[in-house]
Amino acid sequence: MMPGADAQTWRFRSPKQHLMRWTGWFWLIALTVFCWNLMTENTIWAFVADAPRQASDIGGRMLPPRWGYLSDLWQPLWDTLNIATLGTLIGVIIAIPVAFLAAGNTTPSRHFVRPLALLIIVTSRSINSLIWALLLVAIIGPGLLAGIIAIALRSVGFVAKLLYEAIEEIDENQVEAIRATGASGIQVIDYGIVPQILPAFCGISVFRWDINIRESTILGLVGAGGLGLQLQSSLSTLAWNQVTVIFLVILATVIASEWVSAKVRQAVL
Amino acid sequence: MLELKALSKTYKTGDRALSDISFSVPAGQVVGLIGPSGAGKSSLIRCINRLVEPSSGSVCLGETELTTLNGRALRQARRRIGMIFQEYALVERLTVMENVLSGRLGYVSGWRSFLRRYPQTDIDQAFGLLDRVGLSEHYNKRADELSGGQRQRVGIARALEQNPELLLADEPTASLDPKTSRQIMRLIQSVCREMNLPAIINIHDVVLAQNFADRIIGLQAGQVVFDGLPSALSHDALTRIYGAEDWDQVQQNNESQNDEVQLSNTRVPERS
Repeated sequence: MMPGADAQTWRFRSPKQHLMRWTGWFWLIALTVFCWNLMTENTIWAFVADAPRQASDIGGRMLPPRWGYLSDLWQPLWDTLNIATLGTLIGVIIAIPVAFLAAGNTTPSRHFVRPLALLIIVTSRSINSLIWALLLVAIIGPGLLAGIIAIALRSVGFVAKLLYEAIEEIDENQVEAIRATGASGIQVIDYGIVPQILPAFCGISVFRWDINIRESTILGLVGAGGLGLQLQSSLSTLAWNQVTVIFLVILATVIASEWVSAKVRQAVL
Repeated sequence: MLELKALSKTYKTGDRALSDISFSVPAGQVVGLIGPSGAGKSSLIRCINRLVEPSSGSVCLGETELTTLNGRALRQARRRIGMIFQEYALVERLTVMENVLSGRLGYVSGWRSFLRRYPQTDIDQAFGLLDRVGLSEHYNKRADELSGGQRQRVGIARALEQNPELLLADEPTASLDPKTSRQIMRLIQSVCREMNLPAIINIHDVVLAQNFADRIIGLQAGQVVFDGLPSALSHDALTRIYGAEDWDQVQQNNESQNDEVQLSNTRVPERS
């Protein structure tokens, strides 16, 4: 069909919408400029100009790595792995009941128990494990136990949140069918719900374990045991070539844990 | 024998799903429950085993009044009622055997069912039922590896594993092709005959209902508007249930389709 004189015009946006968008962009840019000024107020530019030289200086001190230091690291590395693994284990054990109490379709009471469970989840999630460790070192003293509990407390929220979302997404027909056989509450969970959330559960737990390995490497910074303790002492004595060795060990551990978690996730699906 | 008296259900939203339903089903009778979507067929079936709470009225299975039961007594009543679902509602990630054995959950302790240590008699019965529905080789497969027709057979075996006194079926053929639908309906019909088991089957397909039910109950807006023999289902009756439509044409089309199916109908093994 030929475009005639009576062809209707169509515009993506009306002139008013255009104007609003331009105003929006203007204020965004103005805000960015303002924030940049605020941010750099205290910056000493001479130091920034010096940065490449400083970086290459530290880089030079970091190389070559002092491999002999590796023999001092095996014990803290083992501690780190233990903190991560035991912490995850305890966290998961606590998270399972919390998740069932928090999920809308399994909670015994929507108005009392569910908000309580959600509060536990939010509290646990909103505090970084480093902060948990800081608190716990003050409460139960420095060492592995503080690290394990810190990791566990942080993991509860993470695992419980993802798990209760998985519980809320299950196919209710399967649950209904099990209930129709005359099964008890426990049996409904065992046959109707658990098989449906098991893959998600394994995936979440292994993922959290993977994160915890990374987090537990730094917990030592606040005295909660593991590699971080070594990192702190090396940093404070400016032993940069030891810091390199620690970084490489952390990198290797994280790669190994990624590999393990990928394998486990493959296996459960 | 099942007896419903003045059963009503009003949902919280104010929708009146069932009003004043009364009928009784004697042993061995297969009832086809037909009606348009939203007529209350699902609600009616679920009010019987209390997956949905009836608002008023009574449901008697044998001597037991079901509407007042709670807790343990309710679970013991539910295990006497087998149920078959539209989308099969098997536990997809469990094996066929576990699914069939879950029909015994009302009889075994939580600990035994958790360890999957069922009494040998239950296991023998499960093997027997799988054989009866033609799936004896598949007992160790996971339920999600089976085809639709095979899954529904597992669903039937699970319901029968309960040794039920009543069978409820909620659109058992809705997600199956026409031929498999007929095989499933024939299977339900024949097990009901063998075990003298009463059944209520929700079904959309009028012709299927007429072919395999002993009695048809028609629901319209939560009320029984037809109750009689399949042969008595006249155009008038269908119009009362579903509204006006050229019923002659509908039934003719279906009958020509039936003949074809009937020819090739001697227990064809299914492939997944």
